[in-house]
Amino acid sequence: MSNGPLQIKAISGHAGPVPGRDASRDYDVCKLVDVTTCIGCKACEVACLEWNGYPFRETVFDNTYQTMPDLAWNYYNLIRFDEHVAEDGTLSWLMRKDQCMHCADPGCLLACPADGAIVQYSNGIVDFQQEHCIGCQYCVTGCPFNIPKFNKETKKVHKCTLCSDRVGAGLEPACIKACPTGCLHFGSKDDMKELAETRVRQLHEHSSHKNAGVYDPAGVGGTHVIYVLHDKDHPERYGGLPKDPQIPLLVRLWKGPLKWLGNIAIAAGIIGVATHYLRFGPKRAEEETKGEPK
Amino acid sequence: MTNGWIDIKNTDMMLIMGGNPAENHPCGFKWAIEAKRQRNAQMIVVDPRFTRTAAVADLFLQIRAGADIAFLGGVIHYALENQRVAKEYLVNYTNAAFLVKDGFKLPEDGLYSGFDAATQTYNKSTWNYEEAGGGKSAADAPPSLPPNVAYDAALEHPRSVYQLLKKHYSRYTPEMVERITGIPKDQFLKAADLFTSIRKDGDTRKAATIIYAVGWTQHTFGSQIIRTAAMLQLLLGNVGRAGGGVNALRGHSNIQGATDIAGVFDILPGYLKVPNPTDQNFAAWMKRITPTSAKPKEWDSWNYWSNTARFAVSLMKSMYGDAARKDNDWAFSYLPKVDREYSWAHIWDEMYQGKVKGLLAFGMNGVAIGPNSQKNIDALKKADWLVVCEIYPDETSSFWQSPGITREQMKNIPTEVYRLPGAGFAEKDGTFVNSARWLQWKWAALPPPGQARLDQEILARIFLNVRELYKKDGGKFPDPILNLSWSYTDPNNPSLSEVARELNGRALADVTDPATQQIIKAGQQLPGFAFLRDDGSTACGNWLWCGSWTEAGALMQRRGTDDPSGLGIYPNWAWSWPMNRRVMYNRASCDENGKPWDPARRQVWWNEAQKRWTGNDVPDFKADSQPKDHMGPFIMNPEGVGRLFVPLGGMADGPFPEHYEPFESPIANPLHPKQSNNPVVKKYKSDLDKFGTPEQGFTVVCTTYRLTEHYHYWTKNNPMNVQLVPEMFVEIPAELANEMGITGGEKVKVTSARGTYLAKAMVTRRIRPMTIDGKKVYQIGIPIHQGYRGIQEDEGKVPRTIANLLSPAVTDPNAYTPEFKGFLVKIEKA
Repeated sequence: MSNGPLQIKAISGHAGPVPGRDASRDYDVCKLVDVTTCIGCKACEVACLEWNGYPFRETVFDNTYQTMPDLAWNYYNLIRFDEHVAEDGTLSWLMRKDQCMHCADPGCLLACPADGAIVQYSNGIVDFQQEHCIGCQYCVTGCPFNIPKFNKETKKVHKCTLCSDRVGAGLEPACIKACPTGCLHFGSKDDMKELAETRVRQLHEHSSHKNAGVYDPAGVGGTHVIYVLHDKDHPERYGGLPKDPQIPLLVRLWKGPLKWLGNIAIAAGIIGVATHYLRFGPKRAEEETKGEPK
Repeated sequence: MTNGWIDIKNTDMMLIMGGNPAENHPCGFKWAIEAKRQRNAQMIVVDPRFTRTAAVADLFLQIRAGADIAFLGGVIHYALENQRVAKEYLVNYTNAAFLVKDGFKLPEDGLYSGFDAATQTYNKSTWNYEEAGGGKSAADAPPSLPPNVAYDAALEHPRSVYQLLKKHYSRYTPEMVERITGIPKDQFLKAADLFTSIRKDGDTRKAATIIYAVGWTQHTFGSQIIRTAAMLQLLLGNVGRAGGGVNALRGHSNIQGATDIAGVFDILPGYLKVPNPTDQNFAAWMKRITPTSAKPKEWDSWNYWSNTARFAVSLMKSMYGDAARKDNDWAFSYLPKVDREYSWAHIWDEMYQGKVKGLLAFGMNGVAIGPNSQKNIDALKKADWLVVCEIYPDETSSFWQSPGITREQMKNIPTEVYRLPGAGFAEKDGTFVNSARWLQWKWAALPPPGQARLDQEILARIFLNVRELYKKDGGKFPDPILNLSWSYTDPNNPSLSEVARELNGRALADVTDPATQQIIKAGQQLPGFAFLRDDGSTACGNWLWCGSWTEAGALMQRRGTDDPSGLGIYPNWAWSWPMNRRVMYNRASCDENGKPWDPARRQVWWNEAQKRWTGNDVPDFKADSQPKDHMGPFIMNPEGVGRLFVPLGGMADGPFPEHYEPFESPIANPLHPKQSNNPVVKKYKSDLDKFGTPEQGFTVVCTTYRLTEHYHYWTKNNPMNVQLVPEMFVEIPAELANEMGITGGEKVKVTSARGTYLAKAMVTRRIRPMTIDGKKVYQIGIPIHQGYRGIQEDEGKVPRTIANLLSPAVTDPNAYTPEFKGFLVKIEKA
C-alpha cells in the first residue's frame, strides 16, 4: 500500500514550526491484529528481527511458549502467551502480538525533552530518532504500554518503527508481510476499523465470543495498532494490555499546564549555579580514590 | 489430500484431529482461517493437548492419545442414529448396499472371522461380498472379488454392509466413547451434533472436511483411524466435494512426492505393487496385482487399475530402455521380488541382528526419528559401514558419540562412517509434491557452499562407480545394474529437468488416442497416462505424474494465478496429479443425474448437450459415461464405489475399523478386555524391544510432537530457531505437577521401558487429568526436537537425550508406522 513519502506532524521537545502540523493527509495508517485468528507462530517476531537487522539472542526456558519475558531494545515484536480458564472451566490460550501501539496522542513524544528525538508522522507513525535521543528515558515513563526499551550501551531508546522505512517506500510492515494466517492487516485507520468491526460482528453472530470487541483506546487518542479481542472487557488477560491506558498525569501536567514551572526551575537553577560560582568559586576535584571503582 | 490446501476455504465444517496444523502447517492453515472468516465455518479440534490449533477452534475436546477410533466410531453411530447421513450418496456411491458373505463375523470379542492365533494372522476368505445369483467359486481358488455382487438398494438386508456397519458401531455409544476416550458424554454429543449438523434435515448442500496428520498414522491401528474418518465422510457424502474430503497434511515439504515415487518398500513408482516370489513372470505379476471389476450387474465400474499393465510396461521401458522387451518379459527378472516386510522398524531390527551390514542415509536422521532410538544406535554399532549425506553433523552420523558411550567403547565400534556434504533445499532445483498433490518446480536460490554437492550428483557418482565395478569384476546378477537406462546429458550430475521429463514419459513409437485420434509422435512427451501402452511403445517413470511435463512445456513450472471459478482451483498453477485434478473423485460432487449437490460450489457436472462431463475442475471420471449408466465415482476401486467395508486383503486388521488399545495402555480395552490390542500388530523380539505396563509403574500416557519454532532435528543448528525455543521441555498437567511437587522450569526425568528422557518441565493447564474407564489418567507431551548435536547440545546447555529413546518399535500392520503417540512412561524429578 502506498502512502507516499512520510511527513512529520509532531516533533518532541521542539519549539519551532512543524512542517506537517496542519497538513491533511488522505489517511492514517493502521495495523490490525486479529487476536482471534492468531496462532502464535512467531513469524512476525522473526520478520521484525530480520528486517531490522538485529542479532539472535540467547534466551532461556521460562515455562512458556513465549520467546522471552518482555520486549527488548533490539526485539520490537513479541507474542505474549497466556492461559486463561473461564468460570465454566473453558480454557483459552491467548496469543497477542505486543509492539508499539503508535498512539495518536503519544505519551512518549509528550514526555520527551530532546528536540527531534521522537517524531510523529502525519500518517500516524511514531518514530524514534536515535541520533537526537539523550537517553533520559522520559519516554519510558510517558508510555502507558511499557514499550520503549533502553540500550544501556549506547544510551539510546528503541521501539517498533511500524517499519516507517518500508511504509515510506509504499510497502507494508515486515510483520504484516510474514503473517501466514492473515491475522495481521495493514491499511488506513478507517478501513482497519471497519474490518475489525466486521470481524467483531461475525464473532458475535457465529462464535461463542459474545463479548468480542475492538481495542482502540480513547485515553491515548486511539492507536495506530488496533486489536480484535475475544473479550473486550478484559484486555489485561492478554499479557497485561492496559484496560484504559492514559498518559501518566505527571507527564501531562509537566509538559502541559505546569511547563512554566519547569522553565522557572531551569531559570532558577541557572541563576543558582551562577550565584554559587560567584560566591564560592570553581569546585576543586578531590584526590582520586585508589583501587577498584565501585 | 483428496482435496487441497486452498480448497479448505470452501468448507462449512472442520474436524481437525490427529494433527495440529496451526503448529506444524501454519502457512496452509490460513485456508482454515479463511473458511472461518469467509464462510463462518465451524472448527472442531480433538487432541490430547490444547494446541495452537485449539486456540482458534470453536470447540475443543481433550482425547486420550490413541482413542481416536472410539471417538470417530461414536460419531458414525450418532450419524446413523440421527439420520444425519447422505442417503442418495450412500446408496449409489458407497458399498453400503452390497451384501457380505455368510460366515463373516463382526469382532464382538475383538476378533473378526478367520483369525489364526498361532500365526497371528487372518484368513480373509469370509471378508468378501456375496456373489449375486448364488455363484460359487472353486474351493481351492485364491479368494477374489465376485464380478457380480449381490446388493440391496433398500439397505435392509441383515448382511448388507450398511446393516453390518450399523450393528458394528452400535457398541460405540456415547457412554462407551466416554469410557475409552475420556471425553465426557455431553461434550462428545456436542461435537457429534455439531459435525453432523451439515446433514441436518436432509440438507445436501453443505460440506465438511476432516484434516489430520501423523497424530493419526503413528499408532498400531493408524491406517484404521484414517479409514474410520473416510467412512464417516462417505456416510455424510463429503468425499469428492469442494470443502470436503479426507485431508492428510504431510509433515515434510516433499513426503507426498517420496511416496508417489515409491519411497516405501512394497510399492513401485505410481503405487504399483511390487512383485513377490510367487510371481513367476510378468503376466503372473500383472494378474495378481490387476483388479477385476466387482459390482452389481446393473451398475458400471471403470476400474482404472485395470490399466496396471500399461503403467508397469511403461515403467520398465523407462527404467531399462531397450533392455526391456516383450521377448524378455519386459526385463521382469531385473525387479527384486520382495519376499517379506522391509519396513523402517524392520530394517533397524535386522541391522541390530547383524543381518543388514550397511546403510545409506540421505535426508533423514534415523537415530533421532526412532522409534526406540537406543536400538538404532546399537544397531549402527554392528553395521560395517554408514554413509550419511547431510548439511549438518547429525545424531545418526554421530551415533558413536551418543551419550553413555565412553572413549574406550568408541574405539571398539568398528562401523566405518562416511559423511557426505549435501546441499540444502534452497541450493537445489527440482520439484516438491505438496500435500495437495501439486508438483511444484522450484529454482535454486544459491549454489551449494564449499564441497557440498547436489543429491543427484552424489547418487549418480556412486551408481556409475558401482556399475564400473560390475563391468570390471562381474557379479552374481549384473544385468539390472548394467542395463539401467542412464541417458542424461551429464551422467555424473543429471539435470533434474531431464529426470522430470523422463518421469512424465514419452512415446517410443507413434501413439494414437482411439477416442480423439490425437497422434503423439515417437520421441514426443506424453500428454497424459491415457496414452500409456503395454506394448513397449511408451516409456513413463511414474504414470501418476504423466502430464506434468508435456510438449506444451513444464506444466509443473506454471505460476498462473487465474481462478475463474473462485473455488481456489488455480488450474494453471503448477500441476496436480492425476491429470491436474484438484479434487479427487469429483464426480461425487454431483447427484445421480450429474447435477452438483451445491450449485454455488460447482466443480464438475454432466453436460447433456455435449454428452460429456465438464466443469471448473478436470473431471476425475470417464468423460462420456452417462449418469444413467450408473458408473461409480470411485474409479480406483474395482467396485467403483467408496468402501465402508474393505473386502479381502485391503486391510490387515479387519474390514471395519475397531478400537484397539495402544500397545502400551493404562487400561484393558472396555470393548473386549481379553483382546485389548490389535491382534495383528507388528512387533520385534530383540532384547531391546521392551514394553511397560501400569503394574510396573508406567502409568502416564505420553505423546510426542513438533513445534512451530523448530523443524525436526535440523533447526537446533540455527540460532534463529534456537532463540525462539532454546530448550526442549515436557508438557505436564498442572495437577500432576502439583501432586509431584514439580514446578515449571524444573528438570524432570521421563522413563519408559526402553529409555530415559531428560528435559525441563512446562507445567500447564492445557493438558488436563482424564478419567479413562473409571481410572484417573494423566497425559504428558514431549516435543521431539532435542538431540545430542546442535547449538545448545554442543555447548552442554541442554540434556543430550532424544525423545524417541522412549517410543516403542511396534507398528501398524498396514502401513508399518510405529506408535510414536500414546505409549506409557513414568515421570519424576531429575
